Amino acid sequence: MSNFINQLAYGLADGSILALAALGFVLIYKATGVINFAQGEFLLVGAYMFYTAFVVLQLPLVLAVVFGVVVATIIGVLVERLILRPMVGENPISIIMVTIGLSMFMKAVVQAFYGTTPKSQPAILPRSSVEFLGATIPLNRLLAIVIAAVVLTAFTIFFRRSRHGVAMRAVADDQQAAMTMGISVRRIFAMAWALAAVSALIAGVLLGDISAVDQNIAAFGLMVFPVVILGGLDSVPGTIVGGLTIGLLHQFTAAYWDAGLAGVVPYIALVLILLVRPYGIFGETRIERV
Amino acid sequence: MLTRAYQHSLRGSHLPAGQPLLEVDNVSLRFGGVKALSDISITVTEGDVHAIIGPNGAGKSSLLNCISGLYHPQEGEIRLRTAVAAGPEAAVGEAEDSGRPTGEVRTHTLTKLPPYKIARLGVARSFQNIELFAHMTVLENLMLGRHIHMKKSVLASMLWFGPARNQEIEHRHLVEEVIDLLQLQAVRNKPVGALAYGIQKRVELGRALCLQPALLLLDEPMAGMNAEEKEDMARYILDVHELAHVSVVLIEHDMNVVMDISDRVSVLDFGRLIADGTPDEVKADPAVIEAYLGAEEESDRG
Repeated sequence: MSNFINQLAYGLADGSILALAALGFVLIYKATGVINFAQGEFLLVGAYMFYTAFVVLQLPLVLAVVFGVVVATIIGVLVERLILRPMVGENPISIIMVTIGLSMFMKAVVQAFYGTTPKSQPAILPRSSVEFLGATIPLNRLLAIVIAAVVLTAFTIFFRRSRHGVAMRAVADDQQAAMTMGISVRRIFAMAWALAAVSALIAGVLLGDISAVDQNIAAFGLMVFPVVILGGLDSVPGTIVGGLTIGLLHQFTAAYWDAGLAGVVPYIALVLILLVRPYGIFGETRIERV
Repeated sequence: MLTRAYQHSLRGSHLPAGQPLLEVDNVSLRFGGVKALSDISITVTEGDVHAIIGPNGAGKSSLLNCISGLYHPQEGEIRLRTAVAAGPEAAVGEAEDSGRPTGEVRTHTLTKLPPYKIARLGVARSFQNIELFAHMTVLENLMLGRHIHMKKSVLASMLWFGPARNQEIEHRHLVEEVIDLLQLQAVRNKPVGALAYGIQKRVELGRALCLQPALLLLDEPMAGMNAEEKEDMARYILDVHELAHVSVVLIEHDMNVVMDISDRVSVLDFGRLIADGTPDEVKADPAVIEAYLGAEEESDRG
């Protein structure tokens, strides 16, 4: 029982970080229609940006977070402006190839500057643990869940209530109509990439803190694909359900079955979901008229 | 007849009635080798309902798309004239224009502007094939019509309480007046995608009105409707014109519908302007009769 609760906490922590990473992916897909294969690398770059500010530049925690958010925003906007805007109107496969290229480029740049060895970073979240129903749960995992929940809630409120969030939904729904409402579609695209980069940064920093700042962050980020396929490519609530499900599935497989198999299980789930429910649990079923 | 006191003027233009509002000047539009519009010149007068009619494929929608910036004509210019508001007439949320004298007229060239900037100048439109935000409610669609009048800052809009909340309440007042005017009360909170076609058309008209337009462009607002629905829609358009004093450019395929409600009619055929005048003048024009009889025969055969 205590082991179960422990695994549950680990799985939920991984799952909520995955949900954050997937949120960025969904944002970009919803607003701009681009499937971003570089989402994992956005996590990686985010984690290293924070490491640079916090460890290399020795900034205080709050300033390091601000630095990370600012840099992530700039990177997001630049990627949209320089790489994806020229691709508007190209066929989706070409755009996917471009984002795959982007992912390799980002990973290579990180390796060029920081090398491939894991970086040690002082703990941000407390390393102590709490007793719960006989289980000893590390506090940082619980706090990671809380932070992810707060960020996801803030994003949800932003979409539902704020002028810019509503404008983003409008662009996702009908670009032409949005334009004639006085909404600048280009600004919205840039905003989608910036917000996606920021949510990836938060996910990357949390992940770096509970594990390590290294190349594995990008591999973890790759798990957004099973998450969004499960939740639906264009669904924000879907990222939460999908993230937690995949996080738990991964953790329980590792704990009760086989650690090697755990790495593959999310992708097995991906294939099964594609067979049964190709639009995901919350995804919108698109009917193509030809 | 005013059924209740409307607090907000839905008219976004401050030009005196009778002045030229929109000038389409020798506009030509080509798609590859196809000439969609050749040398079109039309002037829309403030305070008018101006109909643009013509058979299918005459270039009516192309012209409207040029005005709202979705198409960019290769030749010619489209200009919109705006005037600075007097204090109390200023739109909700509009910053007090200090410095500039009231009534000063400015001319904007629309031809090179992107659609969202043209919308911000006060040109609102509806589409022939409804372009609503289908996943949102009627209220959300109408509130999006207020987008250009809301405060700009991303951070301020994230704090949806406090000033942003008050702003929203103020905009909601105006939106409720539009709901009243178009009798959309019953469907206020329904998702748009689930509504009947005729009501969706009305919501689209409402969303455009919420911009407090200087000029309202309606692309076949009565397309696909039966006689009764057409009459209703004509009534709403007249209400918008008479109660809210909004200048309207209206595209219609069916000549009879527009003759009663328009002050001025322009007739297009194969991308050329073949007649322009009052409904009576246009009705008597031999070129119009020929174009229409030709079109009638074709549609009878089809």
